[in-house]
Amino acid sequence: MPSLKHTGNKLFDPQVQLKYLETHINGLNVFDQDLTASGLSPLKPRSLDVLQINVGKVCNQSCHHCHVDAAPDRKESMTTETFQQCLDVVRKNKFSMVDITGGAPELNPNFRWFVSELKKLKVNILVRCNLTIINSHKRFSDLPEFYAENNVEVIASMPYFTKNRTDSQRGDGVFESSIHALQMLNAVGYGMEGSDLRLNLVYNPSGAFLPGDQLALEQQFKKELFDRFSINFNNLYCITNLPISRFLNYLITSGNYQNYMEKLSSSFNPVAAQNVMCREMISVGWDGSLYDCDFNQMLELGVDLESISHISEYDHTALIGRNIRTNQHCYGCTAGTGSSCGGSVV
Amino acid sequence: MEKTYYDPADLKKFGDVSEFGPELAKKFFDYYGEVFKDGALTAREKSLIALAVAHTVQCPYCIDAYTTDTLERGCSEEQMMEAVHVAVAIRGGSSLVHSVQMMNKVKEVSM
Repeated sequence: MPSLKHTGNKLFDPQVQLKYLETHINGLNVFDQDLTASGLSPLKPRSLDVLQINVGKVCNQSCHHCHVDAAPDRKESMTTETFQQCLDVVRKNKFSMVDITGGAPELNPNFRWFVSELKKLKVNILVRCNLTIINSHKRFSDLPEFYAENNVEVIASMPYFTKNRTDSQRGDGVFESSIHALQMLNAVGYGMEGSDLRLNLVYNPSGAFLPGDQLALEQQFKKELFDRFSINFNNLYCITNLPISRFLNYLITSGNYQNYMEKLSSSFNPVAAQNVMCREMISVGWDGSLYDCDFNQMLELGVDLESISHISEYDHTALIGRNIRTNQHCYGCTAGTGSSCGGSVV
Repeated sequence: MEKTYYDPADLKKFGDVSEFGPELAKKFFDYYGEVFKDGALTAREKSLIALAVAHTVQCPYCIDAYTTDTLERGCSEEQMMEAVHVAVAIRGGSSLVHSVQMMNKVKEVSM
């Protein structure tokens, strides 16, 4: 499927998305009111441990739920200059992890150079891999070895252990290609017992429902993927689909918006709200702009500071004192056991 | 009265039954919550049983609720349909096994 941008869908515009979320309340709770009632408003960072960098919207896939609106038809991609600015920030500040995402980050021409430079800085490196990129062209077939050489933690998208449900979310042929890629990662040691190479999977529900218990789903995935395909992995991260971009478009066009938002907002959990990922990270866009998280990035909700908006202006102390920007979409991270780029938070 | 007996929005009002009888409603919902916890059977297995029973009692609210619940618990379409077929087999079998009575009666009154 082409991107919302390519098709001229009005929901491509983040302002249109925000207006929809803010005006289609229809008896729903309001996130900022729930946050205030929980004593968490304004939401503030607890630390700044993770630098998450979205290196571009170019992707070899075009998933129905994608909050980035990534696709082969997108062109946005981080430049060498911006990468260098990110490296400078990592060099001067203490991050426990640099989390690289996209699009398919491997499609950025600077990707391998950037990972190699990060390794020199002795920071933990995490790459969010869509798996199919590994089999998309022979120039990517050595990615498992490249990841291993740089001790990259791989977070791989795998919405389900059957072809139908995987392909319905991510496109025809994705399931078989993903299985092959996981076997290639296992072959170099990823996810294997006794290996330091970590392979974690990400589960997103393939539709207008929430993820269930993360541990129970992980056990199920481990059994099914091993029994059927001899695949091993470390952990499963359950991530709730947030009502933005293509998933918002799906919710509206399928008539599921109201029920989904009712379920999200009625499942607001103050404990999950305390532990949301935006309290420990900063997100960098492909053009170097700074955000509280990857979702705020896609809604173009920049960090709430007058003096800082770009990675070249990075100021650790000022950023840790900022107020985190919230809106109705934030219910996606606070429902039930919560959701983050690392799965449940409760 | 509404023009139809079943309104999907009523499912969300299930808890409102306490309005006309809070004590019994509390006992019921406490019991309900305990029943569906992980035990000798997993919560996922119990959800599949509930889906099958929902089809047996033909409760649209329950089918709605336990279709979503089984999906959230990671059940596949094949597992969900197999659960329904278990209900169908028992329901059909319960009719069919009564044909033994019919056969007994036929043999009793026939020469």
